[in-house]
Amino acid sequence: MKKVTVSVLMLVATAMTASADGKRYGTIRDKVTREECGACHLAYPAGFLPAVSWKKIIGNLPDHFGDDASLDEETTKHVLNYYLKHSRHGKFRNPAMRITELRWFVREHRHEVSRRARKRAGTMSNCQACHRGAARGYFDDD
Amino acid sequence: MRKSLIPLALSGLAMTLTPALAGSGRTGILEQLQAEAGQAFSAERGKALFMARHKGGKPKTPSCTTCHSKSPLNAGRTRAGKRIAPMAVSKTSDRYSDPKKVAKWFRRNCRSVLGRECTPLEKGDFITFMMSR
Ligand code: HEC
Ligand code: HEC
Ligand code: HEC
Repeated sequence: MKKVTVSVLMLVATAMTASADGKRYGTIRDKVTREECGACHLAYPAGFLPAVSWKKIIGNLPDHFGDDASLDEETTKHVLNYYLKHSRHGKFRNPAMRITELRWFVREHRHEVSRRARKRAGTMSNCQACHRGAARGYFDDD
Repeated sequence: MRKSLIPLALSGLAMTLTPALAGSGRTGILEQLQAEAGQAFSAERGKALFMARHKGGKPKTPSCTTCHSKSPLNAGRTRAGKRIAPMAVSKTSDRYSDPKKVAKWFRRNCRSVLGRECTPLEKGDFITFMMSR
């Protein structure tokens, strides 16, 4: 019971420090989607990519960036619906398959990331290695 | 504050119950696999499956150890950098206890590494090996 109280206090404390920082980029609020798409990496917030991108990505899960990330039909539909509903709006001619290839992403990270941090993360897709608040939607808290 | 303590206390209770439940889930999964395989499982064969470099799968994942690390006692890492808890039951007590989860990951990972699904015998050998560690 003592442990439980301590973890509650820690939760409250982290929530408070987080809300002191600025911009929030959104999180995956649906439990199934968060678990399934968060098993191998951060469950990337839907608002980072447009609907066309999510359609392509979730439409080809057996061949997912070199991994098999296949889901049964029902779960695939559920996850796709969630991502489509919360995707980024606007017109996109060449829909990206990666957040890490978006122009703003490259610009934000080109000069800011030290070689050491990059190496520790292993890959730029590993947002959480550098952004500790990523699962809560914060990317400007380092 | 008071209110938020109750669900947490309940989840704490659920956590203390999990090892027992996990054990029974695992037994059920093994019994099912046993019936399909019709042959005794072997930890040695499970170890060989885990350690080997295979052909026929996706180029970036030639072995189970690519993601799970060379020792079942150690944590692994996905190709996207996320930590994977150790595969040995002695280290991660709730391993191989949810039939849906087990089926999903055997399907994905055997296809990735071997280029085909694993047989019931291979699955049983693998779990038996991980229970022996
Ligand atoms: C079996 C593991 C696994 C699962 C499950 C998984 N992914 Fe991935 N995902 C990967 C890997 C590996 C990469 C590539 C990482 C790299 O290039 O470093 C990736 C990359 C991505 C990227 C591109 C990231 C970037 O570089 O900008 C997106 C978007 C993505 N995944 C979405 C999803 C969605 C949506 C789901 C849920 C349906 C999902 N993933 C489930 C393994 C997984
Ligand atoms: C190797 C470390 C590293 C990785 C990996 C990384 N970032 Fe960053 N990111 C940074 C640094 C450093 C900055 C610039 C300083 C800052 O604003 O926090 C930054 C800035 C950002 C910003 C701008 C924040 C703001 O509002 O000012 C966003 C959004 C962002 N990153 C998203 C991501 C996402 C999404 C991923 C994963 C797909 C990711 N980053 C992966 C290090 C990293
Ligand atoms: C591409 C990375 C990767 C490879 C290669 C890989 N796995 Fe996994 N495996 C994972 C991830 C990620 C999980 C889910 C995370 C977890 O359970 O902690 C997982 C989970 C599992 C599970 C479910 C465990 C449970 O608790 O129910 C089994 C079984 C499994 N893997 C077997 C294998 C076998 C057998 C191989 C080799 C043929 C293999 N894996 C290769 C990434 C991988």
